[in-house]
Amino acid sequence: MSRAALEQLQLLRLQQTVERVQQKVPCYQEKFARAQIKPGDIQSLDDLRRLPFTTKEDLRQNYPYGMFAVPMRDVVRIHSSSGTTGKPTVVGYTRNDIRMWTQMVARFMTAAGVDINDIVHITFGYGLFTGAFGLHYGGEEIGSSVIPISSGNTDKQIMIMQDYRSTALVCTPSYALTIADRMEQKGISPKSLALKYGLFGGEPWSDEMRREIEQRLGLLATDNYGLSEVMGPGIAGECQFQQGMHLFEDHFIPEIIDPDTEEVLPPGAVGELVLSSISKEAFPILRYRTRDITRLDYTPCACGRTHVRMMKTMGRSDDMLIIKGVNVFPTQIEEVLFQAEGCEPHYQLIVDREGSMDTLEIQVEVNECIFFDEMRKQREFVDQLQKKIMSVLGVGAKVKLVEPSSITRHEGKAQRVIDRRKR
Amino acid sequence: MKVEQISIFIENKSGRLADVTQTLGDSGINIRALSLADTSDFGILRLIVDKSNQAEKTLKEHGFTVSKTEVIAVEVPDRPAGMASILKILDSGQVNVEYMYAFVERCGGNAVIIFRFDDPEAAIEVLTRNGVHVLEGKQVYNM
Repeated sequence: MSRAALEQLQLLRLQQTVERVQQKVPCYQEKFARAQIKPGDIQSLDDLRRLPFTTKEDLRQNYPYGMFAVPMRDVVRIHSSSGTTGKPTVVGYTRNDIRMWTQMVARFMTAAGVDINDIVHITFGYGLFTGAFGLHYGGEEIGSSVIPISSGNTDKQIMIMQDYRSTALVCTPSYALTIADRMEQKGISPKSLALKYGLFGGEPWSDEMRREIEQRLGLLATDNYGLSEVMGPGIAGECQFQQGMHLFEDHFIPEIIDPDTEEVLPPGAVGELVLSSISKEAFPILRYRTRDITRLDYTPCACGRTHVRMMKTMGRSDDMLIIKGVNVFPTQIEEVLFQAEGCEPHYQLIVDREGSMDTLEIQVEVNECIFFDEMRKQREFVDQLQKKIMSVLGVGAKVKLVEPSSITRHEGKAQRVIDRRKR
Repeated sequence: MKVEQISIFIENKSGRLADVTQTLGDSGINIRALSLADTSDFGILRLIVDKSNQAEKTLKEHGFTVSKTEVIAVEVPDRPAGMASILKILDSGQVNVEYMYAFVERCGGNAVIIFRFDDPEAAIEVLTRNGVHVLEGKQVYNM
C-alpha cells in the first residue's frame, strides 16, 4: 500500500473513531469539551495532535467498563493488564475486534517466519493477560499447530518441546534464557530440539540478549510489541531482517512525543510512543501515552513491507534518568553489564547529588563469572566497566561490586533505580 | 604439589568477615591460613582450610561468591634472608608472584609460605630443582 493510500485510510478511520468516542464514551466527551475540539475539526492527519492524550490514569478512573464504546452485549472477550500499582485496567473486544487482533498477530508471526507447517509452543500464561490468547489465535489463523502449554514447569516445557517437536517458541526473552540455562544444567543440547523461531515480547530486551538466545537455543529470535490497553500483541512485530518492528499503521497511528513538553517530534527522533487505535470497536483509544521510549524508522525495509518500523523500546519515559543533563536509560547500562559479565546482571543504579553535581553509582552483584582471585584482575574489571559505561552513556559512573542477593528484589523484580536527588 | 585455596568476595561492611568465619565454624571447618586483600569497597578473602570442598559448598549455600584456586606451599628457612633466598630462586627462573602470605604453623623448624604464581608448573620446577621443599596439599591441610 502506498503511503498516500495508507494515510487516506488512516484519516477515514481516525475520523470514524473520533466520531464514535464523542458519542459513546463520556471520558472523551469531557476531554474534547475541555480541549474545545469537535469531531468535525479532524480534517487531516496533522489534526491528530490537536486531540487530548489518554493516560493510564484515565483508564483507572473509568474502571472497569467506563471506556467501552459498545454495550456489553456486543463484547465477546475481556482482558486486563497486570496492575503493578492499584487497580488493573480492563479492556474489551467485540467479535470484529477479535478478528482484527487475530489477523494482526498472524501478520507479525508470518513476518517472523511462522507458517502452516510450524508447531507453535506458547509459554505465556493463559488468563487475563493478552499475550497467550493473542498468539494462540494468531497461530491458528496461520494454520500452524498451536500447543497451549501455558507458563511454568520448565522441565516439562523442555520435554514437550523435544517430544512434540515444537518449531516456534513464544515467551518473554528472559524466560527463553531460563529455558537455555535449564537445558545446559541438564546437559540437553539445543540440537535435540526442533526450534526454528523464537517470538519474544512482553518486556524490553537488548540485542546482546537476542544474540545469546539465538546462539544458545539455535533459533531466529524476533521481537514483537503490544500492550493490552491498546490491543495486546500484534501492534508491531519484526520481520526476519530484525531491523525493528513493523507497526501496523492501517489499524494504529503512532506518534513520537517529548514526554516532558508533550510536543510531537519529527520522524526519526527518540521519544515516547503515543498510539491511537483507529479500527477498534469496543475499546477505542486515542493518543495513548505508552511511556515506552523508542524511535520510528520510515525508511524502506529490505523485506518490502511498507509499514513504519519501531525500534526496540529503550526504556520507559518514567524511568529515564537525566544525569548531568544527559539522558540515561537503565537498559543501556544493562547492555554494558551483560556484555562484560556474559550473563544476566543484577544491578541497581543509585543517583545522588554532591553539591550541584549529579553522581551515578552502579551497584553490581558479584557472581562467579566476574569474580577473580587476583585483586589486580578484579580491579581491572571494574575499571574497564567504568570506561565502557562512560563511552556508552557519555557520563561517568562509579561501579561498585556488592555481594550476591544484596540488592532488594520485589517479587523477583529488582528495583533498578534509586534517585536520592531532591526534586 | 598444589594446595587448594578458597577465595571469597566480601563487601567492605562490618560483620562480613565474622559471617564467613562463623559459617565455616558452624560446619566444623578449621581455617589453616588466611589473607585478606582489600580496597575501600570490597575485599578478597583467601583461605586454606582442612576441608576445602565442604567449605566451598557451605559458603555457596550461604550465598557467598566463592572460587577455588590452586596455590603452592613452600618451606622457607626461618632465618634472616631465608625469604630472600627463595625469591631470588624464583626470580632467576623468571616466575612472577601474584601474591603470597604466611602459614600459621611451622613445618620442621621452617616457615611455610603460600604462593600464587602466574605459572605454577614453572615455579614448582624451578624450586625443586634448587632444592626447595614444596609441600603436598594433604600435608598442608592437616598441619
